[in-house]
Amino acid sequence: MVAWFEQNGLLLGLALLDGLAYAALVFLVAVGLNLVFGVLRILNVAHGSLYAIGAYTAASLGIALAAGGLGPWASLVALVVAAAVVGAVLGPLIEGLILRRIYGQEEVLQLLVTFALFMILEDVQKLVWGVQPVHHDAGLRWLGTVDVPFGGDVIPFTAYQLYVLPGVALLTLAGLAWFLRRTLTGRVIVAVTTDREAATAMGIDARRVFLLTFTFGAALAALGGALSSPTAALVPGIGAQTIVLSFAVVAIAGLGQIEGAALSALMIGLGRSIAVYFAPEFEVVMPYLIMVAVLLVRPQGLFGTTETRRV
Amino acid sequence: MAEFPSLTRRAALLGAAASGSLLMAGSGAEAQPQRPSELKIGITTFLSGPASVFGVPGRQAADMLIEEINREGGIGGVPLRAFYVDEAPGTDHLVGEYRRLVQSEGVHVMFASISSGSCLACTPLSDELRKTTVLWDCGTQRIFEEARHPFAFRTQGYGTPEILAPLLYLLQHRPDFRTLAVINQDYAWGRDSWELWKTAMDALKPGVRVVAELFPRFNSTDFSTEITRMLALRPDVILSTSWGGELVTLIRQASERRLFERSLFVLPVAEASLPQLGRTMPAGQIIGARGDHWINHPEPRDPQALRRFVEGYRQRTNEWPIYPCHHMAQAMWALRAAYKRAIEAKGGGWPNDQELAQAFRGLEFPTPTATITIREDGQGLEDQIVGLSSHGDRFPYAVPEKMILYPAANVSTPVGQKSTDWLRTLKPEMVQQAGRPLGAG
Repeated sequence: MVAWFEQNGLLLGLALLDGLAYAALVFLVAVGLNLVFGVLRILNVAHGSLYAIGAYTAASLGIALAAGGLGPWASLVALVVAAAVVGAVLGPLIEGLILRRIYGQEEVLQLLVTFALFMILEDVQKLVWGVQPVHHDAGLRWLGTVDVPFGGDVIPFTAYQLYVLPGVALLTLAGLAWFLRRTLTGRVIVAVTTDREAATAMGIDARRVFLLTFTFGAALAALGGALSSPTAALVPGIGAQTIVLSFAVVAIAGLGQIEGAALSALMIGLGRSIAVYFAPEFEVVMPYLIMVAVLLVRPQGLFGTTETRRV
Repeated sequence: MAEFPSLTRRAALLGAAASGSLLMAGSGAEAQPQRPSELKIGITTFLSGPASVFGVPGRQAADMLIEEINREGGIGGVPLRAFYVDEAPGTDHLVGEYRRLVQSEGVHVMFASISSGSCLACTPLSDELRKTTVLWDCGTQRIFEEARHPFAFRTQGYGTPEILAPLLYLLQHRPDFRTLAVINQDYAWGRDSWELWKTAMDALKPGVRVVAELFPRFNSTDFSTEITRMLALRPDVILSTSWGGELVTLIRQASERRLFERSLFVLPVAEASLPQLGRTMPAGQIIGARGDHWINHPEPRDPQALRRFVEGYRQRTNEWPIYPCHHMAQAMWALRAAYKRAIEAKGGGWPNDQELAQAFRGLEFPTPTATITIREDGQGLEDQIVGLSSHGDRFPYAVPEKMILYPAANVSTPVGQKSTDWLRTLKPEMVQQAGRPLGAG
């Protein structure tokens, strides 16, 4: 065992760096999904569409800013702006027009409605951005690369991957934890998550909380997409892949758990990158193997709690 | 009054039905189909999902060509009309739609498909429904190697020559390579193309060490871990048969992290992604096009026709045509040539399904770059051109230089053999004999 670590320690170090960046993106998308489920009790399949639209919007905005003569730094600012715009526009629109009508309905109906919305938004993406890959990486290239020592060699990583993605994810996690525990609005959201009926009975306006939470969740999904846009070519279907992985994160974390989402995203990110290095044939199934392993031991997820069901 | 034998009502009905069936069967066998008012073509293509990067350009090319052919009076004087089906929902949906188009819409010919899985699902239907089916873009070698399909014809090349030609080019361009890594999409094409490559490479250059076999999830948007792995391994050559957005992402991420400075890339289906990559595509990498229809082909059979097709598509869509556009055009031109042949064989009469299928077998039809022949097993012989990526002033994206043309007959599995069996028999001498360098490139 010691000999194995001596031999592969450097590779494990590289896998750790790769896993952190991947986990950061997964976390940003999944935490929004988890937050929305925790408060609204709706498993929103269209969350993947918000991710995709965030990515496309960020790339388009970056391209427009570059065409307008602004430097590559503007493309980085565009990532956050795009996420905020998508969240602020689509969040209230979807919550007010569609989700509000299915609160408290059967879960199957909720899934079907959000799935239908996902399909509609997929077509909207094709109408607006077409089917050919869209990409814009001026900001990423502007930040340059960092040479990480590897034995007698160096491995170039992009500074964006090494610093920006984990940094934004950490800030989001810390900001969310502070917001939910230290601000009045955050505490109201936690109250509704914990016991909606009691919170409503105490005078909390649940509809307002739902609107706010969904808008925030939508912005987080869009932020995940926007942050992925400098590294990826955007094509139809990116939202579907993301939502499947996000469901795995949410299941591992326990529904509605913020820190759980961070830990499970980290497990998936590291598990996947270690698989690429030492057992590449398991790369694709690794997130789901982790999910199965966790759910076998803790069916409610890592941070989930068992609930008493009222009959 | 004459007396008739007594006849029950049931017997009379059965007799009438039986005689009616015989009459219909007789008329079917000897039917001389009337010239239809429109020639209906069912076209299956990806209109949604990741593969719509191929499917939508294919449809746009079909629309353009149908308009063009109809302006010229149609085929045999009959205007064309297309019925499109989206392949994305899966084979169950596709098979249902294929049946609907043939049995309810009465299409005269089917064009199927982009996905190999779709083709494998549709081709048996062509046997069952006896409907001429043109395989316009799928690449699996299994279609004609595992069964006989009298009504199916592929109007382009397929996986084996499309993989073998880049390998032969690599062996000529960089004969001293010793290590190789592969990064393909984790689905049928990614796995099958690697099997074809590995089998041929073991025969033509035994002893190459495969240092990594990476098959990331289909439709991945992040390859940074795989790139780190390959940066650390430093293979001489990296093979990827990936396509679409994934290939664009892989090349951009590899370029950002200077992987191209350490390894030579071989990208057999790169052509379709090059316009999106623009100047990002590094020079000096081995690139293929699933055929010979490069936009800068130095010796096309008909330069004007090539320019007309490229410019026509650009004016219509504001995009450069990529290989699905050329493959769709080949299918249309093959259909026109087959109808012409069948009508002539029938002395000007309109052919039935059987006669149309007969006309496809052994058909030769011109494309702007060459002439394609449909073999007796239904497989089209399309030449392959491979070259090194290069940038110039003529195009805003990479095109090949130092091109080598591999005639289809030299790199295609002979009729009646299976690709992997044939590839095992290849000899290293083939590397120098299979292709010929093209013009100035």
